[in-house]
Amino acid sequence: MDIPKSFLGYKRENGRAGTRNHVIILPVDDISNACAEAVSNNIKGTIALPHSYGRLQFGADLELHFRTMIGTGKNPNVAAVIVIGIEPKWTKRIVDAIAKTGKPVEGFSIEGVGDIDTIAKVSKKAQEFSMWASEKQREECPISDLWISVKCGESDTTSGLASNPTVGNLMDKLEPLGVHLCFGETSELTGAENVCAKRGKTKEAQDKFMKTWSSYNDFILKEATNDLSESQPTAGNIAGGLTTIEEKAFGNFQKIGSREFIDVLEPAEEPSKGKGLYFMDTSSAAAECVTLQAAGGFNIHLFPTGQGNIIGNPIEPVIKLTANPLTAKTMSEHIDLDVSKILSREMNLDQAGDELIKATLKVANGRLTCAESLGHKEFVMTKLYRSA
Amino acid sequence: MAKTDIIIHDKKDNVGVIVVEKVTKGQDCGCWIMENDASNNIKSEAEIPLGHKIALQDFKEGDTIIKYGHDIGKVVKSIKKGDHVHVHNVKTKKW
Repeated sequence: MDIPKSFLGYKRENGRAGTRNHVIILPVDDISNACAEAVSNNIKGTIALPHSYGRLQFGADLELHFRTMIGTGKNPNVAAVIVIGIEPKWTKRIVDAIAKTGKPVEGFSIEGVGDIDTIAKVSKKAQEFSMWASEKQREECPISDLWISVKCGESDTTSGLASNPTVGNLMDKLEPLGVHLCFGETSELTGAENVCAKRGKTKEAQDKFMKTWSSYNDFILKEATNDLSESQPTAGNIAGGLTTIEEKAFGNFQKIGSREFIDVLEPAEEPSKGKGLYFMDTSSAAAECVTLQAAGGFNIHLFPTGQGNIIGNPIEPVIKLTANPLTAKTMSEHIDLDVSKILSREMNLDQAGDELIKATLKVANGRLTCAESLGHKEFVMTKLYRSA
Repeated sequence: MAKTDIIIHDKKDNVGVIVVEKVTKGQDCGCWIMENDASNNIKSEAEIPLGHKIALQDFKEGDTIIKYGHDIGKVVKSIKKGDHVHVHNVKTKKW
């Protein structure tokens, strides 16, 4: 297949391109959710991103909170941002960092004003942003403007056999065209960690990966009250035939095809070494992982599933594929691409990879994903430890 | 092309994955090895559902299960060729 060299995206002030054109209302903390949601109810074309945290966090956990907030605002799928916090100081820190992209952003704080007047004030600004953003047109953008993140969920053995290798096939075909790629799921590489480390392009990347994985594994060993077999693999994984974490890990690992990763990113960290594949240290819980990848700047997501994970994200479209013929049939409203014909050998990986590229470009150009049409917008902050 | 009931990732693997809705006890199953495009047959000794694994050889306690050409766990209860391989007879070597 001749791979198209461009897609229709939204060009942003900082040179990046978006596959979506969202105006987001971003609460800094849990208690600002109500205000953010009221504004998004008032003003069409805006979306609130409520979450559970943002108070009394400290150290690396607080830094991750800021990085996730700021990265979400900076994501090129976002045209303009309103930040609402209870206090002005943390709100301003987020606004100032997002403003560096050149996109419209404004912050509001609730203390001393109250919800009702804040909602009125913010709604005026949100209306201005929404109407401004609605004038934006899609323009031709090089395919290298796609930043593609991947994560699989509710995996079963069909994931390792077919849907994950289909994503790997796409990576093998698109990486030479200059796209950015990202995989994560530190814990779900357990058992395949040494094989995965060898895919580091440099000794530095390999060492960084092993350090990241070991730190995660040490934490698991410290906190685990049993052998983790209740959580990894999950009940859904086991129902689908996956027996051990090692088996899950080697299946998971098929998503990167034959690519090598050039760097290891902190959770929600933006890549800085140019085009190519990155590993991001993330939880393996779907919504946490995709939220972190979106905050890292990725603008389209590929999500292979076996038993039928239904996750979406508010700003990064999540494309689902499955090779499980039963899931494709019973959960068809969640599945953007059915590659189960690989199992019956009516389709090979090369053909499946091409189909996935076509599906990805359709969504990049504006086609709604199943998750978007069903209203899935899971925005889940990763919390590293207890608050102060 | 013969019907494929079981796919095997790597020729070193000692388990295969059922890729049809199920195989039944005593069924003569067609296997396809992805790595080298080879085919062979195995008799199933149990009813095994889609996505679950079948033993391609006899195993005794302590043996290693190989899939994707790699170690994916240890046998904790002996398994006969053609039997269902899963959490009741295989465990992780991690954690």
